[in-house]
Amino acid sequence: MFAFVLRRLALLVPTFIGVTLIAFALIHLIPGDPVENISGERGMDPARRARLLHEFGLDRSLPVQYGDYLAHVVRGDLGVSLTTHEPVLSEFATLFPATVELASFALVFAVLLGLPAGMLAALKRNTVADYAVMGVSLTGYSMPIFWWALLLILLFSVQLGWTPVSGRIAVQYDVPAATGFMLVDTLRAGDLAAFRSALSHLVLPMIALGTIPLAVIARMTRSAMLEVLREEYIRAARAKGLSFARVVVVHALRNALIPVITVIGLQVGLLLSGAILTETIFSWPGIGNWLIHGVQSRDYPVVQGGILLVAAIVITVNLIVDLLYGVVNPRIRHA
Amino acid sequence: MKTVRRTALCAALAVALLSGAALAKGTLVYCSEGSPEGFQPQFFTTGTTFDAVSVPMFNRLVEFEIGTTNIVPALAQSWTVSPDGKQYTFKLRHGVKFHSNANFKPSRDFNADDVLFSWYRMADENHPFHKFTTGQTYAYFDDMGMKNIVDKVEKVDDYTVRFDLKRPEAPFLADMAMDFASVLSKEYFETMLKKGTPNAADVYPIGTGPFEFVSYQKDAIIRYKAFDQHWRGRPKIDNLVYAITRDATARYAKLKTGECQAMAFPKPADLDEMKKDPQLNVLQKEGLNIGYIAFNVEKKPFDNKLVRQALNYATNKEAILKSVYQGQGQVAKNPIPPTLWSYNDAVKDYPYDPAKAKQLLAQAGFPNGFELELWYLPVTRPYNPDGKRMAELIQADWEKVGVKAKLLTYEWAEYRKRAKGGEHQVIMFGWSGDNGDPDNFFVPLLGCEAVKGGGNNARWCNRQFEDLVIKAAQTPKQADRAKLYEQAQVIVKEEAPWITIAHSVRFDPIRREVKGYKMDATAHHYFNNADIVAP
Repeated sequence: MFAFVLRRLALLVPTFIGVTLIAFALIHLIPGDPVENISGERGMDPARRARLLHEFGLDRSLPVQYGDYLAHVVRGDLGVSLTTHEPVLSEFATLFPATVELASFALVFAVLLGLPAGMLAALKRNTVADYAVMGVSLTGYSMPIFWWALLLILLFSVQLGWTPVSGRIAVQYDVPAATGFMLVDTLRAGDLAAFRSALSHLVLPMIALGTIPLAVIARMTRSAMLEVLREEYIRAARAKGLSFARVVVVHALRNALIPVITVIGLQVGLLLSGAILTETIFSWPGIGNWLIHGVQSRDYPVVQGGILLVAAIVITVNLIVDLLYGVVNPRIRHA
Repeated sequence: MKTVRRTALCAALAVALLSGAALAKGTLVYCSEGSPEGFQPQFFTTGTTFDAVSVPMFNRLVEFEIGTTNIVPALAQSWTVSPDGKQYTFKLRHGVKFHSNANFKPSRDFNADDVLFSWYRMADENHPFHKFTTGQTYAYFDDMGMKNIVDKVEKVDDYTVRFDLKRPEAPFLADMAMDFASVLSKEYFETMLKKGTPNAADVYPIGTGPFEFVSYQKDAIIRYKAFDQHWRGRPKIDNLVYAITRDATARYAKLKTGECQAMAFPKPADLDEMKKDPQLNVLQKEGLNIGYIAFNVEKKPFDNKLVRQALNYATNKEAILKSVYQGQGQVAKNPIPPTLWSYNDAVKDYPYDPAKAKQLLAQAGFPNGFELELWYLPVTRPYNPDGKRMAELIQADWEKVGVKAKLLTYEWAEYRKRAKGGEHQVIMFGWSGDNGDPDNFFVPLLGCEAVKGGGNNARWCNRQFEDLVIKAAQTPKQADRAKLYEQAQVIVKEEAPWITIAHSVRFDPIRREVKGYKMDATAHHYFNNADIVAP
């Protein structure tokens, strides 16, 4: 087990170097530069342009810029945003709780609906229920997030008026950001109305972001369950006279969960990338919204730092998921 | 017992409803299009930041009257200009209060020291606060070349300041009404320096404007409250909230549901539906802008005036106005819009006349036409809702006179960069005025200096034109200046470095209950006089 963790940790070094290289290359491949972004239609005196490029360190060759960037990253310095001149790390820290709040609700939503739906489909195989679950999940999986999000807004907010359109909380509530998690902050402030408002603002983005993971989880659960239900030990368990519920939940589900957990772990990456679109449409002040703006304004440090941090999170979560296998299923031991 | 309880419940409900209503009444929520880059008026250049900073919280010595480009007294009550046009003396207003916050209570009113402080922070590299910018630059001040215009600023007495110019510069007054010339509190900056946090003064703004800063949550919300002691009188609303909503469709949805009462930058495609909505009021105003096609006169055959004129004749602008601008706007015959003083209405535009175009092309040595590259805008801009569509129409028009246009575009930042480097042959571009002085169109877009910086996309440098606009800038009287600009417009038309296409119309959708809101000429959003009146 220990050796396994060590091996995985050692792999992190080349992975991170790869991520910094890709992030650096990608943002520099996009045409335009941060200085051009400042001037708009207005012309810019070539001398001033040269001075600004020098100040941003963009007049050096790309390998030199990359080497310099890597040297700073190693020291934990992700640089400052070229637009706000705030440290990238502190901007990320301010905005990240909003993304975590949204992504975790979306994941819980996806798991709570996806698992039972997948089980139902497997147990009622080739019935209307099965076809319905699979049909709906395929639709959900194929729906582009921005389109789905706009449909949700138009139906639930504009037509029915059940939920607010966008934002994290109604403007009349000015809750001090202690933790950055709106639900926690409103509760700390003891303001139940604000808490309800924050909750109602979460519903649509949660559904928009959670739909694809929901579909993936439902389909994975179904196929894993079907496979497990054919196993000999299930027949043996039934033969022992165990109740149907016990066989399904303890014997079948527990074994079926292994691929499902892998898939859930992989959804974290999907959730963070999906958050970019979801947050932009729902004006959700998280890192997705921030990264999009960073790309638009060619804010190199923000994009590079943001991608690196998100990659770090995805890698860590995947490591945790690998370790979790052993807990879920004692038959798997990391040698 | 039951009745008592019910009554109590009703009362509680009524109180809750009333307090809700009271809150809604005093609060105006504006769905803005993005986050400000910072809360300092001197560092930044985007309209988004101006709307969030200099517009609600700061004042200038002189300002634009909301809705026009007329210059009106603000922190300066009056001003005089010396006969040689090189000395501007401002008499300052008495009794102007600054905002306060948890770390700062002003001990004195606004005076000449604040004007000098604000100016020299930008202008003097040895000023104690010049370097406290956390890496930002004084972008607008630099871009406007203010260092080459102003020699020094002196305090005559506590309520009089004098600006000495290096040369006569008539647009100077309009420059002083621009956002970057907002007046900061000297006392505030010094207090923050003493406390060891000099940068805090740029993060938590203190100004003299109608609204005081309350709080900002990045990418989410900016809160302001009415400043009770504002020198123009307290605004009618109690709270102003900017709900930052980047997506235009979401902004519109929020406006419909009443989550905001005003919104920035509607999508052109939504306008028809908005106008039909009885809850909304779609305000509109002629834009201080121009959409144009520029010929790169440094490249053949566009160095030939006949070719440029021919393509002017070959372009059907009426069709473009109808199809691209949906009729919202007007065909342009001059580089400046008709709302701007000195607009020369006597200029005769090139009519749509393919036969004449063909004749001119033959005269220029291209009886069978030629091929060219036409660059079109990759994004929607206030002066051009659909660059691609416009390019396609022009392509079809020119085809009829034998000129084959290859359409080409780049990502927006790349487009500008290449254009400024002069790579193009024929390019679609445009401009929105900063300050309502004609100089702000002619010099940055068609002046010889602007060829160097790339703002002059035609790369056209005409001595006669240049002399006129320089002379106009040095002429103190507006009526005299207007005459010079009128002549300059005649030259532009005759020389045809551009095809002037159209001046567009801007739209601000607001909810019906918002009263007193006026659209601004320079595309800012002022809520100074706005009120919310239940219908």
